[in-house]
Order: sequence, then structure tokens, then C-alpha cells
Amino acid sequence: MTKTLGFRAGLLSLLLLLLILGVWHVATLSGPAAAPVLNMTPEEIEYAKLLGKNPTGEGGGAVKSGFPGLAEMAAVTLQHLSQPFYDNGPNDKGVGIQLGHSLGRVALGFVLAALVAIPLGFVIGMSPLMYRALDPFIQVLKPISPLAWMPLALYTIKDSHISGIFVIFICSIWPMLLNTAFGVASVRREWLNVAKTLEVSPLRKAFEVILPAAAPTILTGMRISMGIAWLVIVAAEMLVGGTGIGYFVWNEWNNLSLPNVIFAIVLIGVVGMLLDLMFARLQKAVTYVD
Amino acid sequence: MSTEFLKIEGLAKTYPGAAEPVFDSVNFGIARGEFVCIIGHSGCGKTTILNVLAGLESASSGHVFMGQREIAGPSLDRGVVFQGHALMPWLSVRKNIAFAVRSKWPQWSRAQVDEHVEKYVALVGLASAIDKKPSALSGGMKQRVGIARAFAIQPRMLLLDEPFGALDALTRGTIQDELLRICAQTYQTVFMITHDVDEAILLADRILLMSNGPQARVAEVVKNTMSRDRQRANLHHDPQYYRIRNHLVDFLVARSKDLSHGRAPAQPLEVSPGLDGEPEAGSSGARPDTGLDGRAKIVPLRHVA
Repeated sequence: MTKTLGFRAGLLSLLLLLLILGVWHVATLSGPAAAPVLNMTPEEIEYAKLLGKNPTGEGGGAVKSGFPGLAEMAAVTLQHLSQPFYDNGPNDKGVGIQLGHSLGRVALGFVLAALVAIPLGFVIGMSPLMYRALDPFIQVLKPISPLAWMPLALYTIKDSHISGIFVIFICSIWPMLLNTAFGVASVRREWLNVAKTLEVSPLRKAFEVILPAAAPTILTGMRISMGIAWLVIVAAEMLVGGTGIGYFVWNEWNNLSLPNVIFAIVLIGVVGMLLDLMFARLQKAVTYVD
Repeated sequence: MSTEFLKIEGLAKTYPGAAEPVFDSVNFGIARGEFVCIIGHSGCGKTTILNVLAGLESASSGHVFMGQREIAGPSLDRGVVFQGHALMPWLSVRKNIAFAVRSKWPQWSRAQVDEHVEKYVALVGLASAIDKKPSALSGGMKQRVGIARAFAIQPRMLLLDEPFGALDALTRGTIQDELLRICAQTYQTVFMITHDVDEAILLADRILLMSNGPQARVAEVVKNTMSRDRQRANLHHDPQYYRIRNHLVDFLVARSKDLSHGRAPAQPLEVSPGLDGEPEAGSSGARPDTGLDGRAKIVPLRHVA
């Protein structure tokens, strides 16, 4: 039953994809040259082009102007995928290299955040005193947009790359911290009592009772953090510049190369999905049936 | 009394904010190798007493001595079987018990631990399920693992907090038999909470009756006068069984609530229903009928409270 359901769902997804592509194709079909051009002086046409419009295209609308059709998209995609790792200087690198830079930043910021958040979450979860004492700080710091830290980071760190990593760090820390604290605080009393009656050492209790008991909750936090980190890296790289998939999007926007922008958008989505899938797997591995 | 292995003196517990203690002046003793059940209505503090014995809770006043030493905090000397089996669901049966075994003997090799674990899993008849996770086991099997875990650390005393409360009657019977057999084999000293009068009569050498809270006390100690090799199958053919049973049920149904608020004696009376005539409980309320024909007085009540 589930197999047939999965099959039917897959079929429906495929149909929807075809529908979207079909609409896209129809919407970008180049019709006959539009009328407005005829009654425009060459200067007016030049001016319109300077404004980013393409009056020689269809309908004089911004919809057509420069928006790529499917064939163009396919060509761009193929070109990117055929040589993802070329490097022709600072503004012309393959998407593979850009993606690598972004993933590297996210990984570094995320790991640093985990190294801080999980031990700290343990402390907060185990000690009601620490929980109460740190709660106001967490509540104030948590809702701050990670990008708001950027100026402060740039000023104090004086290095845009490290500032990017710092922004990832600061945005991934909160879900991990709160989930770890919650997971640790809600470990069942009976398991702790078992450990107590067996005179288990605090370290062994932390690693063999609390950690596995709280692991599903901790991993949920890590999964949320990873999702946020991947959202934030694109924006951060647009600000910081230099390298990364976010910078690539911004750069291609400046080049007015919409096919490249669209390709990058899809790529960001696919990579984000794969990251999430990875954490879903990890989560499944540590989840226990009670 | 001084030869007693476990000795509880003047134990009392008042929860913060409560005007009256849940229980006070609780005095009793348990001899080595003895199986003692405690029965009382909900809220009289049985579990608290057990937790104090386990070292998980501290009493407001009073002392607990085990083997001449005062109990302070939890210890591997006392194994606990929890009400809800309290197995760790992410570990298999083998690893759950190995967790306890490694706590007791950290210096043991992996092979030694494994051998010991297998021995105790076999003791409760779960050898075929040793590598299963608790979620794949039935309630009765889980509780067996809990019992195996408590026995595996070879404690000097075993504390059981209503271990069969969540099990159906048939499963309960089988595990009761198993517990009886293992205790007989190991001469284990056991303190057990139960709500089941029949279970207490089958398992216990002595049954402590607690009056209702607040200010509950161990009001009476009922000696089980039946032979120690009693079996579940022939238990109810012994006329003594009904005398004891009626005595217990009468206490729980009629007398225990009149003994709340500290009206029970601080030093419990020891009674042997049917053998020493009427119990000398100085309280008011219905007198237990332990007449000649016990069968006439069967109260159709299995679970009290």
C-alpha cells in the first residue's frame, strides 16, 4: 500500500514538474517583435536598454526581457555542470568552487557552534540555576537576525571571511543550545534513578544515559540549525562578497545573467535539501522507540 | 531485634508545604534472607519509604540501618526494580544488564561481563530475546529484564516497587513464580511494595500493613504462617490462606483509614492470623473475622487501592 502510495506521489510530483516547466516554456516563448519598438527613436531604445529593459523583445514587458527560456536554462545548466571547478580569477569561478566555499563556511561555523552549544546546553539542562541565570541572555540574543551582527563582526574581527563564519556560528548556536538544554532537562527521572542506584560516575552518566536519551532532541536542534545556517550563508555572502554561492548569485545579478541566477537558486535548494536529508538520517539513527 | 539485617527507626517524611507528615514513626526490621511485602492504600508513602531505602530520597527524620550501618545515598548494595521497568530503550536487553554489571564490576573484561549477563538473562528465561530492544518485548518480558538487572549486580538487598502492577494476571502469576524461585535460590533479602493481597501472601514471609496517610504508620506486621514451599497452585487449598487473606483485606477495607493521623501504634503489632486468636489492635472499627470457616468470608477483591 505504501509502495503504491509512494509511486502515485512520485508520479504526481513528476506531473507537477512538467506542468511548471510547461508554464515556464509558454510564458517565455518569444513572439513576434513587439509594436512599441516601431514608434521608438533609436535614442529611446538605447535608453530603455540602459534601464535594463529590452524593447526589441516581446511585448515591451519586463517579463520577457532577459528572462530565459527552457532551452537557454538547459544550456547554462549543462555548461555549469560540465565544468564546475574552473577558476578564471576572482569574479569567474565554477559553481563547484563557489559551493565549496559556502559549504566550508557553513561547516566551520556550524561545528564551532555545536562545540559551544552542546556542552553549554548540557550544563543548562542539568542545572536549573544555570537555566534561570542564562535564560534572559538567550531570550534576548536568540531573536537577533544573524546579519545584524555583521557590522560588529567586521569591526572587531576585521576579516570578512571570518565574519561570515561568525555569522553562521551565531545563527546556528541557538536552536542547538535550546534543544540540547530541553533534551537534557527532560531525560526521564527513572533512567537517572537507575544510574543513581548503580552508583554510576557523573561522566559515565552524561555519556551513557543523558546523551543517548537526549540525542534525538539534540539532533532535531542540529537539523534546525543547519537549515538556518544554509539560509543565512547566502545572505551573508552577498554582503561579504569574494566567494561563495551567495556572492555568485549577487555577482550574476550584477551581470544581469538571470539564467545563472536561476541555476544558482535551484542549486541552493538542492544542496539545502541534501543537508537536511543528511541530518534526517542521523536523527533516525539515534532515535529510539520507547 | 538487634540481629535484624535492615532496621528502620522512627522514619518520617514531610513534603515541603505540607502541614502533616505523609508518614511518621515508621519502625520495622527485616531479617537476612527474608521476603517482606508492604501493603497500604495509595498516598500512605510506601514508595517514599522504598526510595529512602534505595537512597533516592531522604527522610525528614529517622534512620535506616543496613547491616549495622546507616544508609546514606544510593548504593550497589541495594538493587531496585522500578515500577515502570525503567529500561533504557536505546540499549538491547544484553546492554541494559551489562550497564548494571559494568557499574558493579568496572574492572571486568568484556567476556566476563557477557558471561555474567547471559547467566542472569537465562535465569529469567529470556535467553532468546537477549539482543532485542525493550520496545520489541512485552510488558512482562520488560519487567523480567528489570528483575534480571537488579539480581545481576548481586545486591545484599532487593527493593521492588510494585513490579507487577502493570501486568495482566496470568503474566503476573508466571513472574511471581519465577521471582519466588530465584529468591529461594539466592537467599535474597527482599522488600517489596504491592497492592495485591494474594501476591503478598504468596511471596512474603511477613507482610507490613500500613495505615492511611497522612501520618501513616506501619500498623501491623502479619506473619505468613504458611509453609515456605507454598505454591500458587495449592495456595488456596490451605485454610490458613483465607485467614491471612481476610485479615489483610479487613485491615485495608475497614481499619486502615481509622488509623490515619498517627492513631496507629508506633511499634507495629506482630500478628499471626488464625493462630493467635484475635489481633490485639487497639483501634476501633471492624474486627477482622478470622473464624473457623475462613472460606465463608472471602472478599471478592483482588486489588485494593
